Amino acid sequence: MERVLMKGNEALAEAAIRAGCKCFFAYPITPQTEVAAYLAKNMKKRDITFLQAESEIAAVNMVLGASSAGVRTMTSSSSPGISLKSEGVSYIAGSDLPAVIVNVQRGGPGLGSIQPSQSDYWQATKALGHGDFQLIVFAPASVQETVDMTIRAFEEADRYRMPVMILTDGFLGQMMEPVSFSDEAPVIEEKDWACSGHKGERKHNIINSLFLQPDDLEHSVNERYKRYDIIKEKIHDAEIYKCEDADIVLAAYGTTARVAKSAVNQAREKGIKAGLFRPKTLWPFPVEEFRSACANAKTVLSVEMSQGQMVEDLRLALDCRLPVEFYGRHGGNIPSPAEVLEQIEKISERSL
Amino acid sequence: MAVVFDKPHALCDVPTHYCPGCTHGIIHRLVAEVMDELGIEGNSVGVFPVGCSVLAYNYFECDMVGAPHGRAPAVATGVKRARPDSVVFTYQGDGDLAAIGTCETVHAAARGENITVIFVNNTIYGMTGGQMAPTTMPGQVTQTTPYGREPEIQGYPVKMCEMLSTLEGTALAQRVSVDNPAHIREAKKAIKKAFENQINKKGFSIVEVLSTCPTNWGMSPVDALERVRTEMIPYFPLGVYKDEAVWNKEEKAD
Repeated sequence: MERVLMKGNEALAEAAIRAGCKCFFAYPITPQTEVAAYLAKNMKKRDITFLQAESEIAAVNMVLGASSAGVRTMTSSSSPGISLKSEGVSYIAGSDLPAVIVNVQRGGPGLGSIQPSQSDYWQATKALGHGDFQLIVFAPASVQETVDMTIRAFEEADRYRMPVMILTDGFLGQMMEPVSFSDEAPVIEEKDWACSGHKGERKHNIINSLFLQPDDLEHSVNERYKRYDIIKEKIHDAEIYKCEDADIVLAAYGTTARVAKSAVNQAREKGIKAGLFRPKTLWPFPVEEFRSACANAKTVLSVEMSQGQMVEDLRLALDCRLPVEFYGRHGGNIPSPAEVLEQIEKISERSL
Repeated sequence: MAVVFDKPHALCDVPTHYCPGCTHGIIHRLVAEVMDELGIEGNSVGVFPVGCSVLAYNYFECDMVGAPHGRAPAVATGVKRARPDSVVFTYQGDGDLAAIGTCETVHAAARGENITVIFVNNTIYGMTGGQMAPTTMPGQVTQTTPYGREPEIQGYPVKMCEMLSTLEGTALAQRVSVDNPAHIREAKKAIKKAFENQINKKGFSIVEVLSTCPTNWGMSPVDALERVRTEMIPYFPLGVYKDEAVWNKEEKAD
């Protein structure tokens, strides 16, 4: 496999093409810009439709339409744009449609900033739209992982007929790293539920999220949650780094996990037993992996580019058995390894 | 015995939820007859909106996709771009198409999106109980304009066909009515043309159908049809606002 140097956003776009994405719809927003630009540049030679929509709302509804018609489809945006897509995502979930949604996070709330952020953790994992539903959320921490998770996102979306989010950020999207792509052609199964004309061979298919009878809606949501139970069993992944003997376990995903890993190594050089737990899936949250990472820990330190949105999931995963502390920078700031190390040292000194 | 009148195949053999005297039934039938005559039911995908016709998926035999409120043209765009050989139509009311979905409507037209839009204008939000619509006429009493629509307060109605006729991507913009048999025949011709345009890759075609809402207008079905004739048609004149097949995408590619 050939290795090439690529920006995270461009590699994501290339991965989408290789995953068999046929229709891509987006509205301009920083810092996801390169995803759309790359796909626009490649659409004519690579058999993919790119259409720049009139709004984020239109883009996500075009995804709803293309998915209904049975093709692999994706939209990408950054935080404020994802808020606008939330209506469509709820309908996609309620209609049991596969779709891939990319959030290259930037600072919020409001217009916020165009710099990297992780302040959409809650939005992605708890409430991207009205109603009872979840998205599978993948959190890459490198360009290679962005590629691998993009391909996986299309597969899982099809398998479970639901929206899947790739939660990256302005830092991961803009940075360049060597990356390799598999030449394997995607295996895409025929979708017998799709709306592309019944050709007189079957009864009409209906894609719908409306259930006026309470029992019908309850049943539909219950069926979806049965699927979520299977997903919770099958899709949970984390990297556990130097946690076997760790007194202090850092928890971080995406960009901040890279920073935290440097801080863990520096702490180890100073004789502090630190380790890193890095969730690769944010929903389902890798609870078992986190518990095993914390087997010998006395303290957990969550490192995020937010006000600590992951802290609650960490506490819940441990049933509050360990103190979970937090260090974060946000607003477009990225914590430095030195800042994180300082926090590790503080915790270490306190417990001596 | 010779059959002189039958249900179109593309129309499901079920009772509808529409109120007595509502003209949705006529418009559904016209769309279904056109699908039968053009032989496109098996290749068609209908996009149903939010509003009174939200249950249209129970009434058309073709594949049906539900859109969020106002987003039907965007959803139809997605279906059409994914399956360019399908015949894709939306069926939308005035609140859906001309208020919350104005952006999607205008841009689908501007793109010359090769879809068919059936726009049912009855100057009111029917499903939610009769509120002011973007097409509610000056002076018209609704639940949210209890003293009649006052342009100084609530502004003016939106005339969609007139507006969309200014866009290059629009192939057909025509306003019809279903208040009498002659108008119904005219409406069917327009709907047929809007579908034929799509088959011939001519771009965005919209047929605005003036319709009644006896329930929320507080009128008998007969009086409601009379209101279409005496109040609506003078304000929303029937006719072809644009009919220019300027957007043959295949020719353009050559």
